[in-house]
Amino acid sequence: MLRDAWLVAAKDLQIEWRSRVTFSQVVPFAGLVLVLFGFALDANRPVLLQATSGLFWVTIMFVSTLAVQRSTSIETTDGARRALLLAGVEPPAVFVGKSIAVAVQLFAVEIVLLAGVVVLYSADVEAWGLVFATCLVATVGIAAAGTLLGALVAGVRARETVLPILLLPVLAPVLIGATRAFDDALGSVAVDGWSWLGLLAGFGVINVVLGALSYGVLLEET
Amino acid sequence: MLGRFPALAGADLEVGESEIVLVQGPNGAGKSTLLRVCAGLLRIESGRAEVLGHDLVTDRAAVRRSVGLLGHDTALYDDLTVEENLRFWARASRIDDEAVPAALDRLGVADRLRDVAVRNLSAGQRRRTALAAVVVRRPRLWLLDEPHSGLDQGGRDLIDQVILDAASAGATVMLASHELDRTLDLATRHLTVAGGTITSDERGSREPGGHDAA
Repeated sequence: MLRDAWLVAAKDLQIEWRSRVTFSQVVPFAGLVLVLFGFALDANRPVLLQATSGLFWVTIMFVSTLAVQRSTSIETTDGARRALLLAGVEPPAVFVGKSIAVAVQLFAVEIVLLAGVVVLYSADVEAWGLVFATCLVATVGIAAAGTLLGALVAGVRARETVLPILLLPVLAPVLIGATRAFDDALGSVAVDGWSWLGLLAGFGVINVVLGALSYGVLLEET
Repeated sequence: MLGRFPALAGADLEVGESEIVLVQGPNGAGKSTLLRVCAGLLRIESGRAEVLGHDLVTDRAAVRRSVGLLGHDTALYDDLTVEENLRFWARASRIDDEAVPAALDRLGVADRLRDVAVRNLSAGQRRRTALAAVVVRRPRLWLLDEPHSGLDQGGRDLIDQVILDAASAGATVMLASHELDRTLDLATRHLTVAGGTITSDERGSREPGGHDAA
């Protein structure tokens, strides 16, 4: 299974490398959202700093809908989903492979966005370890939930609009947990960020297991 | 099922090795559905069927691994090159990707096109590439849905030859087509599908194995 998962992940990343969708469209979009939030709250600098964690993760939620939509359309545009079944690739391997590719892209965007937050908002990071651990664990959960829901809406005609409606509520625990963990890492609110990381890990495990178990049914039926 | 209505009913069929079966019928008759059922992509709601010795209800995964399907979609990734696409599908099917260049040669995909992204191919070049992916799999059952669509005369002749060679090598070929002028001569058997049922099943002018009937 790992061989197939890697094959699918490498293929999706190669497609991204060729098309440059993440770096030519998604990263600029994320940067614009950060700048616009900055314009909206810059008059009240303490509020901007206090809201930095939430703004970062809200931006990542928007970015994740784009990344998942792109990942889904790679397989649906020309019937590749069915070809994967015919090739005999195990559905859990497709799920894991596509999740890895989405996670890598999201993580790259997060790194760029983190630099943007530090430069644009003058955020002062007190615990880099917690920041990177939060990004890593939250990204796994987002990618797994996104890939699963992407497959769920793959057969829906209006999937571009349906996906965010389904995905954003599902990602609410990530938004809450990752924002709290970042609050701790940025020193903006006195909370225990590591315990919020536990919530994120739980969310990630649930979605990875759920995806691995149900992706085959979704691939067959949608 | 299409909504509450069966997409295909009353399909009673036995096909042997080296046969080339032409499936003909009007649009929406159930030709593509029949091919997709044989590929194990659609679940049968009632009755029983075996493809290459594998049960279509309980062992669809084994059926899928043994067939090669060329559908309306080409299942090619636009941002990968022709060769990258074929190598990906070969590896995904656990087939040695060394067979890729020979398959592209066989389908007349020129050397200069192999490093071109699929999004830059014409419809005919895309079709040839998709059929090359089927050739790489060397399936025992070929399921071809309108294989000549979008091809020039040379491409059509080439595909006919690929089909004949596959049948000569012992594979079974089922092709759905509206191009009766071309495919009637090719087939060893003609099925007519209408309203989701097989309404006629006749022998063709060619004998299985490649010899024309006397």
